[in-house]
Amino acid sequence: MIALPPSAPPGVITADGVAADVVCFVTPEQYLALVEAFKLDGFEMCSDVCAVDYLEHFDRPLPEGVAPTRFEVVVNLLSLSKRQRARIRVQAGNDEPEVDSLFEFYRGAEAMEREAFDLMGVLFRGHPDLTRILMPEEWEGHPLRKDYSAGRVPVQFKETPGPR
Amino acid sequence: MSEPTVRAAERIELLAAETSEGAQELQRREATAPSELGREVGAVLRVDGRVLDPNAVDFERRDDETMIINMGPSHPSTHGVLRLMLELDGEFVLRTKPIIGYLHTGMEKTAEELSYIQGATNVTRMDYLSPLINELSYSLAVEKLLGIEIPERATWIRMMMSELNRISSHLVWMATNGMDLGSSSMMIYGFRERELILAFYEKTAGLRLNLNYIRPGGVAADLPDGWQDDVTVICDTIDERTYEYDELLTGQPIFRQRMVGVAPLMAEEALALSLTGPLLRSTGVPWDLRRTMPYLAYDQVDFDVIVGTFGDNFDRYAIRLNEIRESIRIVRQCVAMMPRGDYRSQDPKVTPPPRARIGESMEALIHHFKLFTHGFEVPAGEVYSAVESPRGELGCYLVSDGGAKPYRLHVRGPSFVNLQAVPLLMRGGMVSDAITVISTVDPVMGEVDR
Repeated sequence: MIALPPSAPPGVITADGVAADVVCFVTPEQYLALVEAFKLDGFEMCSDVCAVDYLEHFDRPLPEGVAPTRFEVVVNLLSLSKRQRARIRVQAGNDEPEVDSLFEFYRGAEAMEREAFDLMGVLFRGHPDLTRILMPEEWEGHPLRKDYSAGRVPVQFKETPGPR
Repeated sequence: MSEPTVRAAERIELLAAETSEGAQELQRREATAPSELGREVGAVLRVDGRVLDPNAVDFERRDDETMIINMGPSHPSTHGVLRLMLELDGEFVLRTKPIIGYLHTGMEKTAEELSYIQGATNVTRMDYLSPLINELSYSLAVEKLLGIEIPERATWIRMMMSELNRISSHLVWMATNGMDLGSSSMMIYGFRERELILAFYEKTAGLRLNLNYIRPGGVAADLPDGWQDDVTVICDTIDERTYEYDELLTGQPIFRQRMVGVAPLMAEEALALSLTGPLLRSTGVPWDLRRTMPYLAYDQVDFDVIVGTFGDNFDRYAIRLNEIRESIRIVRQCVAMMPRGDYRSQDPKVTPPPRARIGESMEALIHHFKLFTHGFEVPAGEVYSAVESPRGELGCYLVSDGGAKPYRLHVRGPSFVNLQAVPLLMRGGMVSDAITVISTVDPVMGEVDR
């Protein structure tokens, strides 16, 4: 398990992930400070940003002291110089998930955050262009949420009967 | 009620309203915030290497001096349904915005409805040029959560097949890139050579494209009898032909004029934009997950990581051509070192009983039936597994809640992320360079839109 970077904010809870990743659990307030600490510590690349909707899984396995919320934003950082990965799981909120954008630190997070916004409805503060990226502009709802059932909107086959 | 087409054609603003994607599109400059404008002109870094100050971007230009045009979504050289909106000053590109989503079919949502066994048939359709590597990334994630070991032979079969896949994917790239630059011979050659590999896939797995061959627990079938000869012939043929491509393209003046020095990329920019694969390596960063974070048995084979210097189109071309040769080296070593043994895990939890047992044992029948209807359950947890696809880091973030279906499957498609480099590479170039830029970034739209 890798250590937290020296400038990490206090109160970050870490755990061993499956397959020897370090996983950090943070609140939206600690999030940006921890990402900055990782960036200063040599994590050059943000390889992935995605969001998970734990609609009814408030009992999911989490380390002691982490207050679970419905939405989690999961960020995978990569250090090329140290050949390490770090994963940050942000407890992003229950109803209107909102976290800071990583755009200031990792320009490449832009499209991935747009995707998380589009499909999961997570808002990213400070994102330059938080618009839908995969779904059509006038689409209602965020399809990857667990309370959004697949197939409820008839698409393309306009003559077929309505949603199942 | 009138015909919708007539209605739209009569009123041009209706046509715009019915086809517009709104804020997703490239807006007029006066309607664009500075930070977004910075993105669209491809501003990534300041000179001191820090994040760019949006105020340093030239956005004084007036909207009536420039023109915004659409390229795609069904342009022959956008390789699918990529749509680029370009702001042009004469023949020069000022701003670019890729608009995607035309192939979005909700595969991540679909994955939540499929059991872990069925999941491989879903992910294989994402990056349709490297289906096996998608399956590999997914299977590795499932196996990490399950905590099962797969037999050594399965590992080596996976490695050999995914290297063959890398060759076929790069061959398609060579072919389409040749096509984009006007060399239709290269188009034919690339697909001709790829056919050898697809035929071998068909012989092994029964299918040519979306194979569902690499599955959680191992692979679907053992290699066919005489596979060593088949693979050796493939290697010999393609290795020889790469030198023909060299003759056809590498030194050819027209080809070089369109590739050398066009659309250069710096290492810092590539890292900031999270670019991986040949795009990152073309800038001189020797980052290849097969070498730097080995999975399967890549630490036991001998190969070189190809890097470029200038990060221009030509470097990206040269990297892909030479990666075909390196992959052939790996495949040859796989042929020589292929261990004996099982081709799939014998853990009854993930592996169905042998076909022959089903006829004679009721338990085996129940087991088989249970496995293919309900599937197996995976312990609760989350895992990120990344492999090197022909386009870069293909990550698979898998969350299980202990059930027989993934709770959440997120695929980090390298094409999706690499597409962010397009505004940067396009800036200041000509419209004709846009074709080569799209081509050398090599997005596969199935993976971009998922």
